[in-house]
Amino acid sequence: MKFVDEFRNADQAHALSAKIAALCEPGRHYKFMEVCGGHTHTIYKHGLEDYLPESVELVHGPGCPVCVIPMGRVDDAMHLAANPDVIMTSFGDMMRVPGSQGSFFDAKAQGTDIRMVYSPLDSLKIARQNPDKRVVFMAIGFETTAPSTAMTVLRAAAEGLENFSIFCNHVTIVPAIKAILDSPDLRLDGFIGPGHVSTVIGCRPYEFIARDYGKPVVVAGFEPLDILQSIYMLMLQLSEGRSAVENQYTRVVPWDGNVVALKAIGETMELRPYFEWRGLGFISHSALRMRPGYARFDAELLFDVPGVRVADPKACQCGEVLKGVLKPWECKVFGTACTPETPIGTCMVSPEGACAAYYNFGRLNRQRVKEVSRS
Amino acid sequence: MCLGIPGEVIEFVPGQPDLAKVDVSGVRRVINIGLLTDDPPKVGEWVLIHVGFALSKIDEDEAAAALEFLEGIGQAYEEELAALQESMIE
Ligand code: SF4
Repeated sequence: MKFVDEFRNADQAHALSAKIAALCEPGRHYKFMEVCGGHTHTIYKHGLEDYLPESVELVHGPGCPVCVIPMGRVDDAMHLAANPDVIMTSFGDMMRVPGSQGSFFDAKAQGTDIRMVYSPLDSLKIARQNPDKRVVFMAIGFETTAPSTAMTVLRAAAEGLENFSIFCNHVTIVPAIKAILDSPDLRLDGFIGPGHVSTVIGCRPYEFIARDYGKPVVVAGFEPLDILQSIYMLMLQLSEGRSAVENQYTRVVPWDGNVVALKAIGETMELRPYFEWRGLGFISHSALRMRPGYARFDAELLFDVPGVRVADPKACQCGEVLKGVLKPWECKVFGTACTPETPIGTCMVSPEGACAAYYNFGRLNRQRVKEVSRS
Repeated sequence: MCLGIPGEVIEFVPGQPDLAKVDVSGVRRVINIGLLTDDPPKVGEWVLIHVGFALSKIDEDEAAAALEFLEGIGQAYEEELAALQESMIE
């Protein structure tokens, strides 16, 4: 049985794999978390786990922004969209995320004016074209997309547009990593740092992980070799008894991030005191909202938003999956009641979600492979 | 939406210093380059694009590698390109 898609440079991958194996201390188990959905995707797509020794395990963190939106926020967005004056606009990834009353797609099918856009700037254009309507942009994403929302708001302000607003659900990655580090469920040996988020925030924000928690962090690119190289760099740090932040993705990620982007975020948005993450619960200072100076673009203030907390469906174990405590296939409804066509949980919705990645690429974990090949 | 996609800058938009037309796997659309004001790209240079905004400049080799990677992941990239095709940034 062969689970590995051979990719370009498979030779180099085998060489890295041997170097990683050589660094494994006998009897020690290594657990690294990747906190970026793009990495999860690469790992499954290329079967990277098959290149790693059995004692090196990868766990998937809360790096898919669609996956961490709690049900209550989806319901709030649906409530906004139901207002006949409103045109709701959203990225395609968000369309299938289930709220307690269905998804944007369901509402759209029933006639609610919800439009899929590629960019918040497209949403701005819809606002210009529909002066008699109020156009709301469902803003989601980590620091990779927050600058786009910020720049769009600055543009709307410069144009004096009055019928455009943001339903802001931007989250920040560092507090989520901290929450995972502080949770007793999981013992990690290091982090594969997110690539594109780091393009914006740079590498410095991860320094506390190395300094205060003694765990190495390597910011990684998205290709299979990037990830293997990063795992090797993590293993090297551990074998040398070091913990530092290192940048494997220097081709794209500057150490200090994108200063213009950070300025745009800082100008228009501020940290919320707390925000609920699906599966992780409330995490303080982990999300953004509009600054008072931009209150006229804040849909939460312009409209009445119910803000009701909705518990996740009982069958859903996304929380455990997002924390890396459960592997996707260990969820009871994985692949049966919950599939990409009929997702119960968010991790099955976005192609970057751990469950969808697992499902699409038909990966089984090593234990299962053994069981299957035995039976 | 999470995917960073590489595009080659092919022309600038007259009178709109923040905008540039890029070519992404043959799809030509206008994007915003306002986040790169510290080091603006020139025609023929490559940028990494997220939801209509260039987030960083990349070199040609990186762009080629990123494209190969994206084409390899299939559906998610096709959806991203389809969304870009619908985009009408101005
Ligand atoms: S299988 Fe579905 S319900 Fe279970 S963790 Fe994954 S997305 Fe959530």
